[in-house]
Amino acid sequence: MSAGIMIMILLMSITIAGGFLAAFLWSVKNGQYDDDYSPAHRALFDSKTKKDKNKTNSNI
Amino acid sequence: MDERDLKLDIQCYHCGDNCSGNPIQFDDKSFCCDGCKTVYAILNKSDLCEYYDLNAAPGTSQRSRYRKDKFAFLDLPEVQQKLIQYSDAEQVHLTFYLPQMHCSSCLWLLENVYQINRGIVSSHVNFGKKEVFIIYNPKEVSLRGVVETLADIGYEPHISLDQMDRSQAMAPHRTRLYKIGLAGFCFANIMMMSFPEYVLGNSVIEPSLAFTFKALIILLSIPVLFYCASEFFVSAWGGLKHKHLNIDAPVALALVVTFGRSLYEVYMGGHGYFDSMAGIVFFMLIGRWLQDRTYQAVSFDRDFKSFFPIAVNVLKDGHAAPVTVDKLRADDVIQIHSQEIIPVDAILSKGNALIDYSFVSGESAPVSVAKGEIVYAGGKQVGGKLELIVVKEVSQSYLTNLWNKEVAHRQQAVNHTVIDTISTYFTYIVLVIGLMAGIYWYVQGEPQLMWNAWTTILIVACPCALLLSSNFTNGNILRILSLNKFYLRSPEVIEKMSKISHIVFDKTGTLTQHRKSKITYEGQILSREEQEQIADVLSQSSHPATKAILAYLETDAQHEVKDFKLTEGKGVEAWINEHYYKIGSPAFAGIEKSDTKGSQVVVAKDGVVKGIFQVSNVYRFGIFDLVQKLKNRFRLSVLSGDNDAEAPVLKNYFVDNESMLFHQKPDDKLEYVRHLQENGSGQVMMIGDGLNDAGALRQSDVGIAVTDSDNTFTPASDGIIDAQRLANLDKFLAFAKDGHRIITVSFVISIFYNVIGLYFAVQGILSPLIAAILMPSSSVSIILITYGLSEWMAKYRGLQIENSNNKIQKA
Repeated sequence: MSAGIMIMILLMSITIAGGFLAAFLWSVKNGQYDDDYSPAHRALFDSKTKKDKNKTNSNI
Repeated sequence: MDERDLKLDIQCYHCGDNCSGNPIQFDDKSFCCDGCKTVYAILNKSDLCEYYDLNAAPGTSQRSRYRKDKFAFLDLPEVQQKLIQYSDAEQVHLTFYLPQMHCSSCLWLLENVYQINRGIVSSHVNFGKKEVFIIYNPKEVSLRGVVETLADIGYEPHISLDQMDRSQAMAPHRTRLYKIGLAGFCFANIMMMSFPEYVLGNSVIEPSLAFTFKALIILLSIPVLFYCASEFFVSAWGGLKHKHLNIDAPVALALVVTFGRSLYEVYMGGHGYFDSMAGIVFFMLIGRWLQDRTYQAVSFDRDFKSFFPIAVNVLKDGHAAPVTVDKLRADDVIQIHSQEIIPVDAILSKGNALIDYSFVSGESAPVSVAKGEIVYAGGKQVGGKLELIVVKEVSQSYLTNLWNKEVAHRQQAVNHTVIDTISTYFTYIVLVIGLMAGIYWYVQGEPQLMWNAWTTILIVACPCALLLSSNFTNGNILRILSLNKFYLRSPEVIEKMSKISHIVFDKTGTLTQHRKSKITYEGQILSREEQEQIADVLSQSSHPATKAILAYLETDAQHEVKDFKLTEGKGVEAWINEHYYKIGSPAFAGIEKSDTKGSQVVVAKDGVVKGIFQVSNVYRFGIFDLVQKLKNRFRLSVLSGDNDAEAPVLKNYFVDNESMLFHQKPDDKLEYVRHLQENGSGQVMMIGDGLNDAGALRQSDVGIAVTDSDNTFTPASDGIIDAQRLANLDKFLAFAKDGHRIITVSFVISIFYNVIGLYFAVQGILSPLIAAILMPSSSVSIILITYGLSEWMAKYRGLQIENSNNKIQKA
């Protein structure tokens, strides 16, 4: 087993994992974990609003 | 809602209330009041009626709409300055607290307000905190305009002195998440790099590779110890400074020893326990996070300031101008409108004062005040417009003093929870075992094993499993209780609840329904015509008792009322169709006060007494069932600020007379609770509402505030319960006791794990592999056991364990 390759793979894996860690920390800082109710529901509204508007438009 | 009147009533399209009497018809829909109709009309105009599609009747009742100039104070620069977070020529940013927010419709509407008022650039809701962050353009709309838009659609922001002084504290919640993320990352990677050695053994791995592994492992464990675990050290040190060993002390000790010992191991060519260390830090942080998740929208620390208006109108040279309450000075003349709270002690100079002091004293009947008499801060005007002369500044008023006095009682001794007590013993036992094992190996002439045994004992006997079991159990219990609309301030309250032996109830607003009364009539039977005439006379008065009687009579005929005369605090008299009516207190109507107590309204027609309307309280649904259930297990008392009219009713449920006290002022309630505590009644739970109970709530071991809806304000307390769930109190108390049992069971299990660990450790043969298997598996199994048991117990007790509110109801 070549130690050099192993070490390289190891460092790569830690770097990738570190990237995910950074993404997580960033998302916390961004306030994504402050409110767990609104975003989920907001997503539902947007699509429905558009549909409704289309409906009313076509009716007119 | 009252079960009885649900039958034939039409529900309001906006708020879902019963449209008792005659509903207002608009656009083929029924509304209970003009307010609700107005909101619908606004939404309809702006094409925002999807609001009503998302949830059925999503609005809140609009029976009390705001007065035209109510928000005039928002034009004051000093008020604006305190509310606005950021402003430039184009944009102003600010956040409002909207207590009415309760469902996905609210969320949707509030994020679409820009369609109603084009001056609003955007709005963003934080549902958890019931806040909306608004950006508006100051060129197009004023702050007052924004607030009025929100109030128009039924979401009047709560703007209080309290909020203006408060600084935004958001940090702790996020810090914990950073720590968990980092600890998890380090734990997983350390585990991964430790794995080859566990599987292959030290000899097979190439030296350069083994060196890289170890270097990285040490590198990764440094942030775990010094950043992620910092709170354990801080807490342990804080405890030690007060000469008190809390649960964090042995944890901190174990972490330091593990780290030191592992460094030594690595130096000697070994492996170390870094993975175990990172693992326990990770699990313990998750446990804490679950336990400390707070209800952001529920505030347990309100003081009187949250109840007060920010500004009142001051009359100067005939003009009324808003002035912030803290700027009021003695001799200022202020204007108070109907339904407003009086912020300062003042003398009545103009108007008919009918003051509801229920907030301050617990007395439910409004008091009428004569001109020249003093009106105390905290009272709510229920009559018409008043003019008052300020006597004292806000900071010196009676209510403020009352409050400050109560705050002094708050200085309680540091509470030692069960887990702290156990951890103290635990620490000593572990130290003794370590010492004995050390001495044994020293005597045996094996100094290497002595160190080995001593350090590994400290490592493996880390009380993290104990800590986890209580954190996870408490966290889950808090969650389940909150699903049942019972919110506790902190996990310690669960433990205190399990030890309660005496429960004290407030009567008005707690056992009885707020502002609801039952009318019974005794005397000669009234003809239809007489009923109508009585109703017509009474409709001239604004006294709450008359409103209740009007609702009881249910007529809407209009006769001409002549020579109407109102004697404040006594009654009314008038002529209708050549009949002279005199309606009011017994003395006023000309009879001796009879034996039956309570609020009575006597009707006399042409000088002859026709009969008596008896006004009595309406008790909450299921409240007496609850009392019956609690009676066998707890001692119960009732305190009331009211008169003893209800004594005969209560007597059936609360046995001895000593436990029923009437005419109790806030101070008396506090003293009563203290008296119970000092005379060996054990732990006292106080259940009340309103500021008049605030002192007793704080003095008691567990103070629970009852609230009629999520958006009414409750005094500072240990817990807040939805009034409709109060009947479940016996279940909650039993569940709190179950929580105690679950913690005990998982304690036993974790001690079992500790014994296994110690078995290896005392012999000096605890290898990193055993530690790495034992510690995470004990943590995970404890988590599963506590979670499973608490869910099961909740189901057994008949509590709700799933969130039903979150689902969007589709029409």
